[in-house]
Amino acid sequence: MSDKKPISSVNDFVVRFANVNGSGSASANEMFARSILRHGVPVSPRNIFPSNIQGLPTWYEVRVTEDGHLGARGGVDMMVAMNPQTWDKDVAGIEPGGYLFYDSTKPMPSTKFRDDITVIGVPLTAITNSTYTDPRQRQLFKNIIYLGALSALLEMDPKLIEQLIGEQYKGKEKLLSSNVHALHLGRDWALQNLKCPIGLRVKKSDKVGDRIFIEGNSAAALGAVYGGATVCAWYPITPSSSVAEAFTAHCKKFRHDPKTGKANYAIVQGEDELASIGMVIGAGWNGARAFTATSGPGISLMTEFIGLSYFAEIPAVIMNIQRAGPSTGMPTRTQQCDIIACAYASHGDTKHVLLFPEDPAEAFEFAAAAFDLAERLQTTIFLMLDLDIGMNHRLSRPLKWDEARQYDRGKVMTAEMLEEGRDFGRYLDVDGDGIPYRTYPGTHPTKGSYFTRGTSRDRYARYSEEGPVYADNMQRLVRKFETAQDLVPRPLQANAERPTKYGVIYFGSTTPAMDEAIGLLEARGHQLDRLRIRAFPFHSSVASFLAEHDFVYVVEQNRDGQLRQLIVNENGIDPVRLVPILHYDGSPITARFIAKAIGDHQDHLKVTPLRKAVS
Amino acid sequence: MTYIAKPKFQHPGLKKNDLGYTHRDYEGKVSTLCAGCGHDSITASIIEACYELSIEPHRVAKISGIGCSSKTPDYFLGNSHGFNSVHGRMPSVLTGANLANRDLIYLGVSGDGDSASIGFGQFAHSIRRGVNMTYIVENNGVYGLTKGQFSATADRGSKSKKGVTNTDNAIDLVAIALQLGATFVARSFSGDKTQLVPLIAAAIRHKGASFIDVISPCIAFNNHAGSTKSFDYVREHNDAVNRLDVLVGRDPIAVDYAPGTVQVVEQHDGSKLALRKLDADYDPHDRLGAQTFLARHAAKGQIVTGLLYVDPDAEDLHEHLNTVETPLNTLEADTLCPGSAALDKFNASLR
Repeated sequence: MSDKKPISSVNDFVVRFANVNGSGSASANEMFARSILRHGVPVSPRNIFPSNIQGLPTWYEVRVTEDGHLGARGGVDMMVAMNPQTWDKDVAGIEPGGYLFYDSTKPMPSTKFRDDITVIGVPLTAITNSTYTDPRQRQLFKNIIYLGALSALLEMDPKLIEQLIGEQYKGKEKLLSSNVHALHLGRDWALQNLKCPIGLRVKKSDKVGDRIFIEGNSAAALGAVYGGATVCAWYPITPSSSVAEAFTAHCKKFRHDPKTGKANYAIVQGEDELASIGMVIGAGWNGARAFTATSGPGISLMTEFIGLSYFAEIPAVIMNIQRAGPSTGMPTRTQQCDIIACAYASHGDTKHVLLFPEDPAEAFEFAAAAFDLAERLQTTIFLMLDLDIGMNHRLSRPLKWDEARQYDRGKVMTAEMLEEGRDFGRYLDVDGDGIPYRTYPGTHPTKGSYFTRGTSRDRYARYSEEGPVYADNMQRLVRKFETAQDLVPRPLQANAERPTKYGVIYFGSTTPAMDEAIGLLEARGHQLDRLRIRAFPFHSSVASFLAEHDFVYVVEQNRDGQLRQLIVNENGIDPVRLVPILHYDGSPITARFIAKAIGDHQDHLKVTPLRKAVS
Repeated sequence: MTYIAKPKFQHPGLKKNDLGYTHRDYEGKVSTLCAGCGHDSITASIIEACYELSIEPHRVAKISGIGCSSKTPDYFLGNSHGFNSVHGRMPSVLTGANLANRDLIYLGVSGDGDSASIGFGQFAHSIRRGVNMTYIVENNGVYGLTKGQFSATADRGSKSKKGVTNTDNAIDLVAIALQLGATFVARSFSGDKTQLVPLIAAAIRHKGASFIDVISPCIAFNNHAGSTKSFDYVREHNDAVNRLDVLVGRDPIAVDYAPGTVQVVEQHDGSKLALRKLDADYDPHDRLGAQTFLARHAAKGQIVTGLLYVDPDAEDLHEHLNTVETPLNTLEADTLCPGSAALDKFNASLR
């Protein structure tokens, strides 16, 4: 049947499930991923879903990776094709020598297959219909039945899957036993009728360690709980809604007064993004730690308030779970495309602090840190996640909290300080860091009140349209932004084994693919020093890195090279030395893509002597 | 926005309220609005109401949007924090501030452009949520600061100063507030301080979303013949349904009311509202009745003023959210951070 040798691989392959959304496949697919983790083998799953509730195609991809490569790999070794709508494309996407798993209840013409892949038919509908009569049960258990069949084909330990089912349906015995039954229906059918295992196999290992399996949005929301956020105002928008939903769930667990049962937090679903950020600004002005979560279109709507936060100096945290733009763009596809929109959000001269976490563990840490930074710097802090980190389960180091850590509430003048006669100027720089003191409303009967406004004012918050007074304030804001450089997470540098003139800069969700690509590039003989940027404003080490290398690749997931633009703009360097490596089709960037793009460029550079290429 | 310093000198014999504050302690900077502006009368009424209620001035947060009306918080309660936010967004800023500290008094000052046009949505949703606030719209039917364009509360058929007739239908914010569940709704006229001061005082003491629409003629751009928001027009068409006295910690009712003419409403905080009925048929506890009454009178060109609706047992947003009594902005890490042991447990649940 095959003119290509079937792929043979243990603990290193990609399985993709093609489903119809709303069919209940998500939980079975997730269980597949989790059960491989229980074998001690790392996985990296990705949900590829439409902006729709029922009926459109959806895919779930599981990269099984003993080596722990958590970026998307590209290519599919085994397709579980459960969606007739996307059949042709799904079959075409299988790697030569790969496997096609399908529901063989209805015969398919041979033209619908390929002769360079292994076709595995399981009569899922027939098995399901002979066992279940209820339509919803048929739909749900069909998913568990294919999970059972896959466990036989991939030589997985059924006990580990049963254990997972047991944990999921703890206390719901009826559901538990019926799920286990369905699992074995599929597994037994495969064992009796098919050659098991196939070339792709899962073998027990010990590579997962103490890592946890969590979505970035949930981790960021927990970071907000640990970071002391008490006010959350939000408006539903994919892919950020699960931040607010996770914050709600975490708060229900961790934030109710044990005695009274009352809430130590307030969550309001706003009528739009303008109201959401307005509430955050109001709460921040009044001394509470407040945040909102949104995505690109929400950022566009919020920009007027972001400018107010910058100019009137009000703490706020915005979690931006980026998706493909512009406009409505591709709401359920990932990109890193709001870098410029956030860095310079709002009219007039503005600059904002951005944090770029690479994974859920950093999403947790940076989210908590964002509240300290917001109050220290009295401005908006953006936590720049994206759909790839936010909405996918990612294997991540455990979340950690230092018990001795205190919140940094920034420069707040208290009633006692006012009483001592301290000079209070709301926009007065007392120690050169550009950050003034603020007072909370209601602090003192006669001292420390001021009128907050988006119009220009002097150091004592008195309205002024005097040119020098305005310029003085704008200069102080620049000083404050310079102070921010040393407060935000620093870039992390990893040098190649041998000294090299070439470097690569990357950030956020590109990290796992970049780490993997370095190995692929080394295999091709290319040595690169790496710098992972974790925040804007850029630390001085970014400029040093640029100075130390002739050429620096900037890898990012947008069309226009937004981080590259920001680096060029903020460091005033020759753009020719920064080579953009851009991936922006809405799918997560892969190591294969990066290695090819950089590798080809490097090969090209080696043909022509470097100095000539530049001049 | 002023360049004129107000003298600090006070007459030693100046009357003091229960907290020992004089009238001057509730004042702000000198107004820079046009001489005769209705808004300045509202400012004076706010000062008067706060003085009468013996409120600690610094325990009020005054929040506004953009426009002439939104400049006024600078002119009263000089020892309070004020926030002149962005156009049409006072309600969300106020809501957030209120969530952060439920112990302050929140005074939202807005205009008809700020609340009926650009901020119509935020006006509606803050009322819907039952934010504990006093929301005052200084309503002149015109954009004063940009020199006389119609606002969304300008009546259809009314004329601008330049002679243009308004062809759009007017938004009646009082009718909308009633529909959206405001638990204290009033309308008044900046030219009638005796009506306005007790309404503001009662609204401040009301727990829940209080809304007051104050018709406040724009002396510069909307006080001419053909305008329906001019001093003359409002005086001629004012139909007050009741007169209010607010009684806080005093004898329940003065004796000089004729029997049957006074209705006493006790609010949640113990304050009493004594309503002298001017219209025998008007019942301020009947939301539906109020809506019908307003619509009927509006059709006749009358401007109904007074306390139009009150629910003395209203709940506010904090009750809906079940938030702690302690202001959220005072909670620290010991209360807010679940700690490392809880995090270890959380990690374990994700393996």
